[in-house]
Amino acid sequence: MLHVDVSKRLGEFSIEASFESEGRVTGLFGASGAGKTSLINMIAGLLRPDRGVIAIDGETLDDTLAQTHVPVHRRRIGYVFQDTRLFPHLDVRQNLDYGRRMNRLADDPAARTRVTDLLDIGGLLDRRPGKLSGGERQRVALARALLSQPRLLLLDEPLGSLDEERKEEILPYLVRLRDEAGIPMVYVSHDPSEMRQLATHIVVLQRGRVTAFGGAEVLPAALARV
Amino acid sequence: MLELSPTEWTAILLSLRVATVATLVATPLGIAVAWLLARREFWGKSIADALIHLPLVLPPVVTGYLLLLTFGRRGLVGAWLADHLGIVFAFRWTGAALACGIMAFPLLVRPIRLSIEAVDRRLEQAAGTLGAAPWRVFLTVTLPLALPGVLTGMVLGFAKAIGEFGATITFVSNIPGETQTISSAIYSLIQTPDGDTAALRLVVVSVLIAMAALIGSEWFARRALQRLHGN
Repeated sequence: MLHVDVSKRLGEFSIEASFESEGRVTGLFGASGAGKTSLINMIAGLLRPDRGVIAIDGETLDDTLAQTHVPVHRRRIGYVFQDTRLFPHLDVRQNLDYGRRMNRLADDPAARTRVTDLLDIGGLLDRRPGKLSGGERQRVALARALLSQPRLLLLDEPLGSLDEERKEEILPYLVRLRDEAGIPMVYVSHDPSEMRQLATHIVVLQRGRVTAFGGAEVLPAALARV
Repeated sequence: MLELSPTEWTAILLSLRVATVATLVATPLGIAVAWLLARREFWGKSIADALIHLPLVLPPVVTGYLLLLTFGRRGLVGAWLADHLGIVFAFRWTGAALACGIMAFPLLVRPIRLSIEAVDRRLEQAAGTLGAAPWRVFLTVTLPLALPGVLTGMVLGFAKAIGEFGATITFVSNIPGETQTISSAIYSLIQTPDGDTAALRLVVVSVLIAMAALIGSEWFARRALQRLHGN
């Protein structure tokens, strides 16, 4: 279970968000500038809340009153960025292996094969990120995050920089991921159709505030307000 | 005419040794300082920055004299090092390496700092989310991506170290076989009657060394860039 209750001031803008989700995929829905990325950066530990608590499965990651702040590298939270952030000096195989090495996990060829099969990237292993298409890069970024064995996976508009055709290419992989990988996800997007296809629970964020929480039925009202 | 005399050989080998040791010792230190200046805010940062650049703008004689006052046998640091660790810099080749290292330091740090600043911090964040502690982020992401700058800094530092004259001769004098580098050997030779040919030979040697360093660094930098961009 993911528990978030934080506030954060960022210049003129402020976030005050509180929600609790047990969903397999918690969708974080809102227009650009609603504070979605800042919110998951706080969950990831890249941004520190001014006040509040973040906890996963009862383990506190942030608690400003108790001055608890687990550093990003000890959170075991995977993050798929919109701009993929693959390491340009490493080939795909080394990118995929990075999380395992940094977490000092035992080599697990079976897990690697499962993930590379799931995302159809077995043929790309010897290439550098510079030689991949946008869709391939995003699949490798997904696989890299999965192979670090996170307990929660954050996806920040992973389809945001792709054209319609590429989106249709990646979406089925995300559905498979949701149904087969068994890792809870927080999925950030401003696209209602992605939300409908992927999210099991939806948090609607507007100007830094949570305005609705529930299933796909919260979307029409949220869209009407935007 | 083209035959190098033993004294000249000694000066050349000593120069190479001094510059190599100075560069190798200064590089890890330079990387650490460059990282601090590029990535951290701390009290007195601009003072630290100015101190590092001081040898670049001070007359080398002043730097050499300050070294003599600090690291000489009776100097504050020099006396302590000699008494407690048995390390002596004054009038030794190690002193020449120290002087060259300090003179070369600003030239070594600058390109490293610039290339660290150019490393995309979003990649460092991504490494953190994959479980890499900050020092491992540095070793596996920041440093490899900054490698071309590190190589440039090393070559500039080496070139400065091998040509250093003023601070070295002030601090450790001009003793053949111990502290007489190519530069100070040339200086001695042109003060001596009939020294011209020998001086000219050493001039040719220093041009050759400088050319080799430049071509070598160009080659390394190109290799490093190719590796980064995956060709």
